[in-house]
Amino acid sequence: MAINTDKNSYTVLFATGMVVIVGALLAFVASSLREKISENKRIEKQQNILYAMGVNENEEGSVSFVSKKSVAGEFSKYITKQFVITGTTAVEDNNAYLIDLKKEEAASKAEKRARKLPLFIGNKDNKDFYIVPVRGKGLWDAIWGYVALDNQLVVQGVFFDHAGETPGLGSNIKERFFMDDFKGEHILDGNTFKGITVAKGNADPKNLRKTDFAVDAIAGATITGNGLSAMLKKDLQMYIPYLKTLKQ
Amino acid sequence: MGLLSKKDAKLITDPLADNNPITIQVLGICSALAVTAQLKPAIVMAISVMFVLAMGNVVISLIRNIIPSKIRIIVQLVIAAALVIIVDQVLKAFAYELSKQLSVFVGLIITNCIIMGRFEAFALANSPWKSFLDGIGNSAGYGIILIIVAFFRELLGSGSLLGFKVLGDPIEKTGVYAYGYENNGFMLLAPMALITVGIIIWVQRSRNPALIEDN
Repeated sequence: MAINTDKNSYTVLFATGMVVIVGALLAFVASSLREKISENKRIEKQQNILYAMGVNENEEGSVSFVSKKSVAGEFSKYITKQFVITGTTAVEDNNAYLIDLKKEEAASKAEKRARKLPLFIGNKDNKDFYIVPVRGKGLWDAIWGYVALDNQLVVQGVFFDHAGETPGLGSNIKERFFMDDFKGEHILDGNTFKGITVAKGNADPKNLRKTDFAVDAIAGATITGNGLSAMLKKDLQMYIPYLKTLKQ
Repeated sequence: MGLLSKKDAKLITDPLADNNPITIQVLGICSALAVTAQLKPAIVMAISVMFVLAMGNVVISLIRNIIPSKIRIIVQLVIAAALVIIVDQVLKAFAYELSKQLSVFVGLIITNCIIMGRFEAFALANSPWKSFLDGIGNSAGYGIILIIVAFFRELLGSGSLLGFKVLGDPIEKTGVYAYGYENNGFMLLAPMALITVGIIIWVQRSRNPALIEDN
């Protein structure tokens, strides 16, 4: 049977059929995998938060999270409290880590209300960690992360991730050599908030100067680095009023 | 080769060298620039392209007689995009960490000229089995070049291979760095990928003069 594939009616019919079939197929795949994917994302969040406070399985040079299987147990063991901060009041909420920063930022702007800020309090070896989630823009797409502070607001560890930074350049923000530089950095100069700048020409590859409010930038990733500095400034700033009450 | 006839085997071996999609057909150059700063993403990209190209070739070949020729490019694009999205979703569900590493590249596969090139040039006119072999062969030829380029770029640009610091530590000044060696940061930028591909083309054509076009 020879079909005349040149007819306009056939072309339209074919296109319609193709769109329906492909659309149905993709919708089916997406909806049948949705639960698994969001579960993966939830687990990843817990792993990231734990990573920032130093609960991880890092070996020399590698970034290794606690395993998928043990993460639920470790999370409830090390993260003792979760708060949602609005203004200067903090309310305990055990699902604070599920707050989507992007949606919350948009919603608070649309409804003209103060943002709900999630804060996680961890405890490891009798030391308290205050873990702040941050989110900003890199060169191509979103960047985000978690910053763990001690009660003097000195950085104890960070975790950064990105949606689409350039491989080998901007994507290096999630590598050990970059993230480890933040350990021990101060974010307050006396009582004023300074943040941490990803600086060119910082010339401190081993990061010996802890109170210069800067870490070495990555060559070839200027925009990602600038975005990261801006992200830290903007998002940490929001927590400072509350965090300062801890310091006293 | 009991499994494949001589002609079929040629479909796989030809694109590896004398009809390589990157160095001879000059397809897929764009992604060769983007993903070759390090070896690992290059390998992962090669595998993903292999899957999409082989599957896509088979699907296109199966429906080649009923595709209206006026919209065949759109049909090819839709099939490539659908396959890529399915791969992306399945990876996110079952191999989440791998999908994180792949993030950008999965989307890049859709725009890879090799995919459209092979759909158009081969799958539309050949049987599914032949198209499958053609897909495997061409993506392997693409992958080989990607891996060669990534090998040199990561070695000379970052002094490492697959993340292992094979040349020593540039900050601690161990290994070759103790003798004043420095990483060439230029290797990490896109132009050096083109130059590396150019050198491969040069070497390949001087070894096999039959590949040189007459002017």
